[in-house]
Amino acid sequence: MYSQGLIGADGKTDEDEAFLAAFQERIDAEQKIEPNDPMPEGYRKTLIRQISQHAHSEIIGMQPEGNWISRAPTLRRKAALMAKVQDEGGHGLYLYSAAETLGISREEMYQQLLTGAAKYSSIFNYPALTWADIGAIGWLVDGAAIMNQIALCRCSYGPYARAMIRICKEESFHQRQGYEILITLCNGSDEQKELAQDALNRFWWPSLMMFGPSEGQSVHSQQSMLWKIKRFSNDDLRDKFINATVPQAEFLGLKVPDPELKWNEEKQGYDHGDIDWDEFWRVVKGDGPCNRERMRTRRRVESEGAWVREAALAHAQKRAERQAVAPVAAE
Amino acid sequence: MTETATPLWEVFIRARNGLSHKHAGSIHAADAELALQAARDVYTRRGEGQSVWVVRSSDIVASDPVDKDMMFEPTASKIYRHPTFYEIPDDVGNM
Ligand SMILES: [Fe+2]
Ligand SMILES: [Fe+2]
Repeated sequence: MYSQGLIGADGKTDEDEAFLAAFQERIDAEQKIEPNDPMPEGYRKTLIRQISQHAHSEIIGMQPEGNWISRAPTLRRKAALMAKVQDEGGHGLYLYSAAETLGISREEMYQQLLTGAAKYSSIFNYPALTWADIGAIGWLVDGAAIMNQIALCRCSYGPYARAMIRICKEESFHQRQGYEILITLCNGSDEQKELAQDALNRFWWPSLMMFGPSEGQSVHSQQSMLWKIKRFSNDDLRDKFINATVPQAEFLGLKVPDPELKWNEEKQGYDHGDIDWDEFWRVVKGDGPCNRERMRTRRRVESEGAWVREAALAHAQKRAERQAVAPVAAE
Repeated sequence: MTETATPLWEVFIRARNGLSHKHAGSIHAADAELALQAARDVYTRRGEGQSVWVVRSSDIVASDPVDKDMMFEPTASKIYRHPTFYEIPDDVGNM
């Protein structure tokens, strides 16, 4: 999702100079681009890729948390978790619609997900092993998502920006319910606090990876910045996330699992240890702890639901035909 | 994978009485009834609406952005359609 959706994006475009210059002028003037406006092919393709992978992430992201709905410790937690997972499904749907305005069909996007041609955020290939993980996911994973998504509210493509605004309004409850779970655990027994620390230990680094690798001098990334598809670098957003999150960990009395993490007075931010990008690429390429399980579940759900979709369509068609026949019969 | 594509619908929501329906987004559904239910689930989970319209996207007729100048330019050149075009002495007061 988010910036990871740009990995491997092909922003190549071959419109003439005048067309590209006129388009850039609109972008520079902060004009939003709307669905049927003229736009470079590279802009359209890059957005389809990013938005659809963002949508896939929301949908696959329902799995690790969905697993815990039936095991939530109280009714209050269960209601909150159900509402959150339902929201994520909604986010996926807003985003699929936004991508469709660019000329790709819903069915094509599903196909890309199911065949593995399209990716989703690496984070959802990690398992939610304990109840504390549900807290850590809300706090860290949704927290990192919010950092990214707030930046995307100003994306130059109108439908994407509008979907982001809607999503951001809903996200803040997600993060708060997660943090609340951890506060409760951290105020509990030693074992409960240990559970919280263990969840932070496992989710900290994968959460930092959500922002994607440093772009350095990547041409694609510079093009995306120029077109205002993205507005901040991956490293900038990651630093913002770390700076916001470390004090929250301290409040919980938990230790961030990075021995090199320390405050840098000069830059007014934290320095952090190296991120294991080998692990990141392994997970992106399909070898994370849960990649196969996530895809297996998604494919099973898709095929088990097929008869419902087919029946609904057959019913709609039958009714439409009857309506068309009725006036003729009456004559 | 289901072979036939499920139709696309545009969703319009009236946030509260006194406001007009406003485009909220779109959804896929086999028929009008399912479209209304899906629109409610997807776009009104937090009391965003008092009333929902769904319209088949294929039934919407839209202007082409390419014709924008031809369609909407005349409004810019007819400045006499605006109150500020007319000169009324200050002494007359607010009008
Ligand atoms: Fe979400
Ligand atoms: Fe969320």
